[in-house]
Amino acid sequence: MSDTPKVNVKALADLARLEVSDAEIAKLEKEIPDILKFVEQIQAVSGELKTTSPDLRNVMRADDSPIESGTYTEKLIKAAPEQKDNRVIVKQVVSRKSK
Amino acid sequence: MDLSKLTIAQARKDLDAKKYSALDLTNAYLENIKAKDKDIHAYLEVWEDSAREEAKEADKLIAAGKSLPLTGIPLAIKDNILIDGRLVSAASKMLENYRASYDATVIKKLREHKPVFLGRANMDEFAMGSSTENSAYGPSKNPRDLSRVPGGSSGGSAAAVSGDLALAALGSDTGGSIRQPAALTGVVGLKTTYGAVSRFGLIAMGSSLDQIGPLTKSVDDAQTLFDAIKGYDRMDSTSIPDADSPAKKPKVIGVPRSFLKEGVDPDVLEKFEATLEKLRKTGYEVRDIQLPNLSYGLAVYYIVMPAEVSTNLDRLDGIRYGLSVDAPTIGDVYSKSRAAGFGPETRRRIILGTFVLSSGYADAYYRKAKAVRELIKADLAKAFEQVDVVATPTTTSPAFKFGSKSDPLSMYLEDIFTVPVNLAGVPAISVPMGEVERDGKLLPIGFQAIAPHRGEGALFAIGKDIESE
Repeated sequence: MSDTPKVNVKALADLARLEVSDAEIAKLEKEIPDILKFVEQIQAVSGELKTTSPDLRNVMRADDSPIESGTYTEKLIKAAPEQKDNRVIVKQVVSRKSK
Repeated sequence: MDLSKLTIAQARKDLDAKKYSALDLTNAYLENIKAKDKDIHAYLEVWEDSAREEAKEADKLIAAGKSLPLTGIPLAIKDNILIDGRLVSAASKMLENYRASYDATVIKKLREHKPVFLGRANMDEFAMGSSTENSAYGPSKNPRDLSRVPGGSSGGSAAAVSGDLALAALGSDTGGSIRQPAALTGVVGLKTTYGAVSRFGLIAMGSSLDQIGPLTKSVDDAQTLFDAIKGYDRMDSTSIPDADSPAKKPKVIGVPRSFLKEGVDPDVLEKFEATLEKLRKTGYEVRDIQLPNLSYGLAVYYIVMPAEVSTNLDRLDGIRYGLSVDAPTIGDVYSKSRAAGFGPETRRRIILGTFVLSSGYADAYYRKAKAVRELIKADLAKAFEQVDVVATPTTTSPAFKFGSKSDPLSMYLEDIFTVPVNLAGVPAISVPMGEVERDGKLLPIGFQAIAPHRGEGALFAIGKDIESE
């Protein structure tokens, strides 16, 4: 790829669940392509490229010594901004009519 | 008690000989913090009361003749390492009121020694930055020159040690975040082998890169702290099994001179060459080596790291932890909470990471970067067939002034010599190599030594030889 692609910051922000102001979009629309232009130097690397790394592997362990249910519930639930009766409160996710 | 010359090793001797108590020592640091931290701002929070209690516990152990290497040693802990019940914010508004639900493994291991935790050290938000200017709570200052940055992201940890506000500190290093601030403040910083120190309880930034490590006044102290925190941990799936690394004394130093041509200040290069010359006189052989792919390190890093950042920070959504902005729909709760909680650099990296992982671009950016990362690893592996350590300056320049690197790319270039180490997962140490003058002030700079996997022993050996010059 030789041309830095056009970056749609608004679409990326939506994907990342991030509200971004118009002023920041304008700033990022300049900065992100600048950074991409810099990192694109790796496109010049040719030759045989391995993409698998034998050093990185999934680590599995036996499903033993389980923690008794409820041991950490209160502690972990307490970290949530809104909670009630050992549950994390969220907004309604499914609704009949949108808007 | 002269804190400026004090090391862990010396304090251990003094404490065990009852020259002063752990409480005296802790009080001395607390007084220093009170007097100096208004200006330096190394700490986000100081735990005065619990620190004194911990010091008293340490004194009991010392009185019983059962002290361990870190008993009663006052430490600063970077604000991304969890201590049960304590606030831990990663210097972000997002986690301003977040309290840790458990001890990080490194904290658990340290507790066995009964050290003193003085407080949590400032940093760049979520460990992203090279100056602490990205902290949501204001930057830390370099104790050697308050108009300059202490480096970052572990800038608070470095400033605490350099300014005698802690005897040693823990930091984390994703692309240079321990070594660069150590170099800029004149202390020793160790980035440990990937997997050597558990990250259970470290707030994640780039999971294929992050490592916890020590910042200390001497190489010997770094070794002491490393020995206390290392080891296999089943709670961290990237933890490597315990094994003794060969304590072979390094003899051959490889220098990638063609890589060093890139923008190193002449006087920094001069100090670097002078340090190599001294090492040669003490018996080392210095060889030129070629690491042709290392110059791609920064480009690879600024693809891989934001990709991992955007993934890791996804969990901060206003529902499970931290800041939550009320809004009519759950989607708006996410996007408004994240907008309010994350600072500009964090948002920039999330957007960048989302881009390089997005459909249509992931092959050209993320996957290509992963492949080039393998070449960097292979370059270093090949070099280590001929040399015992690879050496570079830690940074191209001494500490810079606040606000002087406002464009993101110029800040990213700070990490040019440190990021390849994280990409390869190998250990590296930064040891002070003297000072250079800027605006009439003498500013410290660092010598970076890189070793193969589990080669910390070689780093301590060469580090001590540099110190004894």
